[in-house]
Amino acid sequence: MLERALKGSPRYYGWIGLLLVIIAGCGTAYIYQLLTGLKITGMSRDVSWGFYIAQFTYLVGLAASGVMIVLPYYFHHYKKFKHMVIFGEFMAIGAVVMCLGFIVVDIGQPQRMLNVLLNPTPNSILFWDMVVLNGYLLLNIVAGWVSLETDRLRLPHPGWLKPVVYTSIIWAFSIHTVTAFLYQGLPGRHYWLTAILAARFLASAFCSGPAILLLVMLLTEKVTSFKMPKDGIRTLAKIITYAMCVNIFFFLLEVFTAFYSNIPGHMGSIVYLFVGEHGHSELVPWMWSFAAMAVLSLALLVPPALRDNHKLLPYSLAILVAATWIDKGLGLLIGGFNPNVYEGISPYWPTGPELLISLMVYATGALVVTILFKIATDVKAELGVSQKLPCGCSTDDHCDCAKAA
Amino acid sequence: MNESRRHFLKFAGLTAAGLVAASAGGVLASSGGGGAPAKANKETLHATQWGMVIDTRKLSTDEAIAPLAAACHALHNVPNIPSKQNIKWLWSSSMEEAFPDFPNKYQSPEVEHRRVMLLCNHCEQPPCVRVCPTQATYKRADGIVTMDYHRCIGCRYCMAACPFGARSFNFGEPREYLDLTKLNKEYPTRMRGVVEKCTFCVERLEVGKQPACAEASGGAIAFGDLSDPESPARKALRENYTIRRKPSLGTEPSVYYII
Repeated sequence: MLERALKGSPRYYGWIGLLLVIIAGCGTAYIYQLLTGLKITGMSRDVSWGFYIAQFTYLVGLAASGVMIVLPYYFHHYKKFKHMVIFGEFMAIGAVVMCLGFIVVDIGQPQRMLNVLLNPTPNSILFWDMVVLNGYLLLNIVAGWVSLETDRLRLPHPGWLKPVVYTSIIWAFSIHTVTAFLYQGLPGRHYWLTAILAARFLASAFCSGPAILLLVMLLTEKVTSFKMPKDGIRTLAKIITYAMCVNIFFFLLEVFTAFYSNIPGHMGSIVYLFVGEHGHSELVPWMWSFAAMAVLSLALLVPPALRDNHKLLPYSLAILVAATWIDKGLGLLIGGFNPNVYEGISPYWPTGPELLISLMVYATGALVVTILFKIATDVKAELGVSQKLPCGCSTDDHCDCAKAA
Repeated sequence: MNESRRHFLKFAGLTAAGLVAASAGGVLASSGGGGAPAKANKETLHATQWGMVIDTRKLSTDEAIAPLAAACHALHNVPNIPSKQNIKWLWSSSMEEAFPDFPNKYQSPEVEHRRVMLLCNHCEQPPCVRVCPTQATYKRADGIVTMDYHRCIGCRYCMAACPFGARSFNFGEPREYLDLTKLNKEYPTRMRGVVEKCTFCVERLEVGKQPACAEASGGAIAFGDLSDPESPARKALRENYTIRRKPSLGTEPSVYYII
């Protein structure tokens, strides 16, 4: 099946070429970092994790999100997702590749990475994060590849595949729970030290992840003959909306707990993020943008008339993605380290090289997703499922194009 | 199976058995655990939990603390990097920064304006050890939290876990900020990309010496075994009112401050 990734239009090759150029170009920034160390980043004694780990955290959410398509299909036999499942699984592969990439670029001695395996330490959550992320990668490769291959051969899925997929569904929850545990078990980091952090991570993942997935799939529709069933899009948008409501609700729970209890440690990070403290207000405009965009995305997604308007939907989703990214890809990490251990503020902002290296990892993920989606859409085209009809319907929609014409 | 292959396997098996026996012997010989040498040094100081009691009445200014930091940093080849990515094993801070849990609104101005000497607390329940994915940071049998710089992968999880800011990461090449002509050849310099911190001078305790800061403090620091009621540290704790940094977090710091 892999050979399908090699046969494409000039536009496909152009896009692959562009990604390779970005990876190679930004790769020089990574070589620079390898040669000089992490001093080229904006990180410091007090903010010892930065943009890389924040992106890692955000993308674990994207990896977990495929389950919002896989679960309804396998557990509830929601047939409209039948031909969308593979994209959830393939997106998860791309996302985990990026997660691992962000870990590798973040550590000071990447050539010693295997020490985590050579000296397995079960009391370290990082050890478990490595286990669950790599496990999830493997599960999705097996589940995605085998199901697509048997579909292509017009054979029923092998019997052992179902237990693998069921495992991957439970596993998806584990990857983001364990990632939250990286943060929420640390004494003295008040913004993270909260039992609801894992739940917040999952809620945020299950809105932002499927939103990104749906946006990429809508883009895929533009450049291929692939077309999702309208009911499938509607259902996924509904799932995204529910998850975003829960996500915002959980955030407000944090705000209530901090401010009603009036405990300085609990209020500190939220005050720094939204109002600023000790003369530092670097993140204030970002956090209010998050708040505004979160409200706006809900205003555009909650009313069914607006949510089911598929011209408007991509914009609503993009606003939601931007809002959740500020919350989790920026505020969560910088706010967690501020106020710092001395109750002071240590501003952090990523440097140019840090952003270039991040772009390299993102481009690598995009390359993986492009190749996998190319293979998947080719197979769908060959099978004649989820294909665009002249009237704009999908072959899965059962609409009568002749009548429409 | 041919003869030469059988020979090889026999040889390999014997070698492996020999290696296991040798390493088991090594473990028995160094019953002190952690970094103890194979041959016990008669002068080595022993303890169940090393601890330190710092008299903030005597060490109350930057001028009083600076020579201690200088002694420590010179001894351990700690570079001074003029940026927020600095390496610090021992440093001074304000009372408010050191003890954010005790921000009394009205207090004695003399106490409020004291400077405080900070270093690794060598916690009894160290979060940095709990989170380290490679056991590069570990707790010795004598309570000292120390590091294997050759095993550290530089993930900085320990820095996020330490609520005292006691850990430093070598963001760049530390030797660029060291006077290579004045290096202490007895102690290794570190490489880029690993974390480091105060070790309570394990290398000095092994040869019967007090930590460098305690020695340079002129009696303002009492160092000793916290499990021994007769130790200088316990004596100082008995006779003075002391506090620890962030006790509510349950890390059980082994560094106490006389107020």
